[in-house]
Amino acid sequence: MKFIPNSSIKDSMLKEMGLNNIKELFSDIPKKISVKELNLPKGLSQQETNQKLRKIACKNKTFYDMPCFTGGGIKPRYVPSVVRSVTSRSEFYTAYTPYQSEASQGFLQSMFEYQSMISELTGMDIANCSLYDGVTALSEAALMCTRVKRKKTFLIPQNISWEKKSVLKNYAKGPEIKVKEILYDKKTGKIDLKELREHIDEDVSGIYLENPNFFGIFEDDVHEISKIAEDAGSLFVVGVDPISLGITKSPGDYGADIVIGEGRSFGNPMDFGGSSLGIFACKKEFLRQIPGRVVGLTEDSEGKRAFCMALQTREQHIRRGRATSNICTNEGLCALAATTYLSWLGSDGLEELSRINFENGQKLAEDIESVDGFEKAFTGIHFNECLIKSSKDANQINKGLLKKDIQGGLIVDRWYPELKNYMLFGISEMHSDEDREKLVSALEEVSNV
Amino acid sequence: MYRSAAYDEPLLNELMKSKKEKSKTPKLLPDPLKRKEKVNIPNIDETQVVRHFHHLSQMNYGIDSGIYPLGSCTMKYNPKICEEIASWDGFASTHPLQNESTAQGNLQIMFELERMFCEITGMDYFTLQPAAGAHGEFLGMLLARAFHESNGDFERNEVILPDTSHGTNPASVTMAGYKLVEIPSTTNGTVDLDILEKTLSEKTACFMLTNPNTLGIFENKILEISRLVHDAGALLYYDGANMNAIMGKARPGDMGFDIVHLNLHKTFSTPHGGGGPGSGPVGVKTKLEKFLPVPRLCKNKKGFFFDYDATESIGKIKGFYGNFSVLLKAYVYLLMMGRDGLKETSEIAVLNSNYMKKKILDSGKYGLPYKALRKHEFVLSCEQLKQEKNVRAMDVAKRLLDHGFHPPTIYFPLIVKEALMIEPTESESKLDLDRYVDALIKIANEEPEVVKNAPNNTPVKRVDEVGATKNPVLTWNMI
Repeated sequence: MKFIPNSSIKDSMLKEMGLNNIKELFSDIPKKISVKELNLPKGLSQQETNQKLRKIACKNKTFYDMPCFTGGGIKPRYVPSVVRSVTSRSEFYTAYTPYQSEASQGFLQSMFEYQSMISELTGMDIANCSLYDGVTALSEAALMCTRVKRKKTFLIPQNISWEKKSVLKNYAKGPEIKVKEILYDKKTGKIDLKELREHIDEDVSGIYLENPNFFGIFEDDVHEISKIAEDAGSLFVVGVDPISLGITKSPGDYGADIVIGEGRSFGNPMDFGGSSLGIFACKKEFLRQIPGRVVGLTEDSEGKRAFCMALQTREQHIRRGRATSNICTNEGLCALAATTYLSWLGSDGLEELSRINFENGQKLAEDIESVDGFEKAFTGIHFNECLIKSSKDANQINKGLLKKDIQGGLIVDRWYPELKNYMLFGISEMHSDEDREKLVSALEEVSNV
Repeated sequence: MYRSAAYDEPLLNELMKSKKEKSKTPKLLPDPLKRKEKVNIPNIDETQVVRHFHHLSQMNYGIDSGIYPLGSCTMKYNPKICEEIASWDGFASTHPLQNESTAQGNLQIMFELERMFCEITGMDYFTLQPAAGAHGEFLGMLLARAFHESNGDFERNEVILPDTSHGTNPASVTMAGYKLVEIPSTTNGTVDLDILEKTLSEKTACFMLTNPNTLGIFENKILEISRLVHDAGALLYYDGANMNAIMGKARPGDMGFDIVHLNLHKTFSTPHGGGGPGSGPVGVKTKLEKFLPVPRLCKNKKGFFFDYDATESIGKIKGFYGNFSVLLKAYVYLLMMGRDGLKETSEIAVLNSNYMKKKILDSGKYGLPYKALRKHEFVLSCEQLKQEKNVRAMDVAKRLLDHGFHPPTIYFPLIVKEALMIEPTESESKLDLDRYVDALIKIANEEPEVVKNAPNNTPVKRVDEVGATKNPVLTWNMI
């Protein structure tokens, strides 16, 4: 019995149907392609499976085995027990996309609350129920800019992750969008405004800016950039680390038209990089161009408040080839985790969390700079990640740290050859003072070898 | 009988009004970015947060609540052990960029999973990166383009689809920049080979097909289809949404498909989560391997490692390596099922579907367009009810809720009028199948007024979906 209740009564069911053999139900598969037996192991019992997986898990080191200071977006996060308790309710996690609204009011209302809180955070009018991740969210934003503005160039800064650039290149192929990179300022680590002004023209549908950017630096020329976009008739797209929004302005307050981000940090574990949560919010005027699922408030036949999926006519199951996106399955449960997390945290908790991340980020940089041979790469103010220039070979440093049970910084020269031996370090609310002290003394020892 | 709770549950911002308060921001933060007022989300005590979401969960139907026979969605049981293992710190608290030598467990799982998917589908290589089926389709289109272009063939700008295809297929095709060519099915509900042959040309990049198709019919001329497609120089794409019908019975790779996507949140029992996270791994034949996304997962004497250096790779389509937590759950499921369990899964999924189909047809209340033998799903038509009583598929679906069941997929595929698309899966007992059939027959005999006014036993009565689109209210600020 492997989750197949009728296994034991299949013969009597066949008989009731006037059949002799289950093979008759597969008689339409040509002999030439019918399979005798798959070359897979025999199934294991649940106990055997559990024990096997325990052994496999032991081959991994977790954040609790060795502190991880690796930058590049993802951080260990404290996930309150409340979140897991809610997302473990099987009424939620075993449900399908809420096509039948009367049987899905619970999930629909929580998605409405998610959209509301994401709108508040980002300073946008509306948000969707999620996209795959922050990386694909940028691509969807670029496609939306193209649909809205009917122009073919999209500007991105050089100081965003290589993954975002690579994914965008693929999403841009279909509509033949020209993606142009704007260099960063070598001193501050921020986008080079002069470069941006040189590249802007009437064919630009949107300008993307990331706050904080891949180097961890806050982009504070936001009003100037917003003005540049507006003057050129382009949309201003801002990518955020949503944790930073407890202390920084909502991008809507500095002129953003679309806001995207990776929302995993709201109540979701690291999960080796996935599951993830793509945040997508925008101004109301782009309502009918937004990609993905959207939940709306409406009424039932007796005038009672009710929720359902709205604007489905944009979506693939109705509009097919002319849909605003092909997305069907999104990241519903991760959005539910984010909703629970934010309601548990509240505005006070979010501000505190955000401040702790900022302060830990500053302490981290100070600590690392206190070691000879390490200094901050840029003068810009950073959040909870910091690019550090090492005078020694970065690979050797990381190897040494690994031996001392520390995951070191992300080496960035693969994507920025000019930044050889630069390492991106990151920290969150989960790192203790002892963790930082451990890093500092390890760096001292390793760099003295 | 299943009955949902019916709370008048306030919105979070109605539970506790948030007050406008000044932010306390660090001095060092650049002035233009300093938040002035705190974010407008309420500060609610944990006790109320828990009760709020508990109430909401009680107004939601999941597969643990009962049968959920959405056609083409494969709503099967999600084993509890998979959830538990995925929550272990040993997996959940690993960082995607930590040193590979400290993530060998994760890499082993992904490596073995790729091999298992190859065996199940008959493909040569797999990538686990796509986050969903539609994401896999999109990747498939990118791979097709890379393949043709590397052969110096830049003229192929069309993708052909049958009119029974899932909505994501055409959407993925146009998103990838291809021209969509939809061809009508035969009166048997299968691909029309003559029309296909006439439609294929030196402009065709790919033919996308689901097999068994969305009517639940196995395309038994698949080898001829494959020959026609390949003779025209095009590729054959397999939408794996219906893979639950044929595991251990037939493999898309043997049928001639070049690119395949799987839906782990369907066939491989990972929960759908109310709309994700999902996972849509893509398998290819050897000739397409070099185009797969980076990183490629490899193994040498030292262990498993990621290779980023594939020069002809299309690059990336998602951050990191896909939805790892979903991959892990599918891996646990596959270890438990093994070769015999998978085969029996498909056998009983098909048995259950044909059993239900026969019982419903015997009642004479619903029609079944197209020939009889079905795989894991079947599509009924309520046309007769519409003609006799003006009862539509939507009404039947809503009335099923009153009987305590989740409705099937409705109005799809588009070539069936008043469609009810039913996929029971292998997870349902005979008792539950019988009850569902009884409810459908009972509904057909009920007074039309009763059916058309359904549902009445749900937390809200029939929801005005048109209104939600006409006057969109998408946040609490828009109320």
